[in-house]
Amino acid sequence: MCIRRSAAAGLGLLLACGFPASATDRDTVSALAAGCASCHGTEGRSPGAIPPLAGTPRAVLTAKLSAFKAGDDPDATIMSRIAAGYSDDELEALARYFANLTAEEEQ
Amino acid sequence: MKTRRETLSLLGAASAAAASLGLPGVARAQAGRVVIVGGGFGGATTAKYLKQHDPGIAVTLVEPAERFYTCPFSNLYLAGLRDFGAIGHGFDELRALGVEVIRDMAGDVDGAAHRVRLAGGAELAYDKLVLSPGIDMRWDAIEGYDATATEEAPHAWKAGAQTRLLRRRLEAMEDGGVFVLVAPSNPFRCPPGPYERASLVANYFKRAKPRSKILILDAKNAFSKQGLFTAGWKELYGDMIEWVSQSDDGRVIRVDAERREVETEFGGRHRADVLNVVPPQKAGLIAERAGVTDESGWVPIEPETFQSRAVPDIHVVGDATVAAPMPKSGFSASAQGKVVAAAIAAMLDGRAPPPPVWTNTCYSLLSPDYGISVAGHYRLADGEIAEVPGAGGLSPADADSAFRRAEARYAAGWYEAITQDIWGRRW
Repeated sequence: MCIRRSAAAGLGLLLACGFPASATDRDTVSALAAGCASCHGTEGRSPGAIPPLAGTPRAVLTAKLSAFKAGDDPDATIMSRIAAGYSDDELEALARYFANLTAEEEQ
Repeated sequence: MKTRRETLSLLGAASAAAASLGLPGVARAQAGRVVIVGGGFGGATTAKYLKQHDPGIAVTLVEPAERFYTCPFSNLYLAGLRDFGAIGHGFDELRALGVEVIRDMAGDVDGAAHRVRLAGGAELAYDKLVLSPGIDMRWDAIEGYDATATEEAPHAWKAGAQTRLLRRRLEAMEDGGVFVLVAPSNPFRCPPGPYERASLVANYFKRAKPRSKILILDAKNAFSKQGLFTAGWKELYGDMIEWVSQSDDGRVIRVDAERREVETEFGGRHRADVLNVVPPQKAGLIAERAGVTDESGWVPIEPETFQSRAVPDIHVVGDATVAAPMPKSGFSASAQGKVVAAAIAAMLDGRAPPPPVWTNTCYSLLSPDYGISVAGHYRLADGEIAEVPGAGGLSPADADSAFRRAEARYAAGWYEAITQDIWGRRW
């Protein structure tokens, strides 16, 4: 299988082959993740009614995002419309990104 | 004599050497100098995310106000559902991140010399300038509606004294009065804003002055989330809200603020007990001073980096830009700020900017527990900003009350999250 762990250990990204594990990949994933912060809080640490992302197990995030994208999450309001804009690989990268963050900000 | 930029690049080389010697502190002090004008959704986001990308970038934020009051959720204040203080946000978290916050107004920009002159007289040099100037009103667009007229007929389209004035007027109005809201043609700040305002004022009237009426006089024949708004108005407020389209003589061409009277293009006249005029708009003045606006009054940008098409090393974000199909919203401004921060951090570091991606969500409240939304997802296509096919869109028309309640709860959650993301909540 042509998947390898990125040198960007802090992000712990699994990248499909063909993409160099370079700073550019970190930039790309962090650019995608920055969009989530506008509703889920900086680094996915939500201060309010919208569910937090940081520290959520990867498998939970992946399952949820896939269900949103497929349009079969019965509780979805806006996320089905938002998840539809990302490729499966991007959703997987986002799930890993947020799973690897701690739920609380590290001091 | 070396130019400043040559000096900087030399310093850059020196700092690269320092970094390889394990002296990151030295290296980081020389990563580049960014000046940001405007501490709203676009500017404050850019400042925070620049520091997040590289704490070594020297970031200066120029903002005249001590606290920034948001237009989003100001309609809740107008309806008596939220304190004014709760929509104000300070800059202490940005300061804690190392952003230099200067309380002043940018008066002029010399793009060739890479310098900004502040109203207070100081001059700031930059490698990259980010303008987040918001909007200014076009005082020549509606006869009789100028800055003086706003004292009798507030626009309340920049949150602040105007918002408070409109709230006082609504409170002072007697039951049975008419609130007239004049809405502009596209493009303008916050496309669903006038209709959310009408909804939440109706919510206030229903509680406090149930015999009152709301008349929206519109320069357009269609508006954002129109089907959802009109269905919700009927369900929640009966016939309290009346919307008059441009073709039904809704476009206001003359305002007599003192008499609170307006005249429409085909000769209609309406008298208001409370008159709220949202006039046509343009990019904030500093954009014009910097020479980045075009004849439309807005700022054309290179989509990938939001760099001005007219002046190098000036990036512009938010309502001031021509960024359609993205709407002029606080959310869009913040999304653009993140793209600009990533692009500038990469460019100052000699890397290519990452592929941009922008999202937008506009929640609107029809009552405290009735929310609707529109989402957008945008990427580059053929060098232009384009909606991603199949993504985004409106809340379903046939949703039940539990769905509307959930979206209202998420609207409040969104406000908490985005204001925390931008200005922080430590203070």
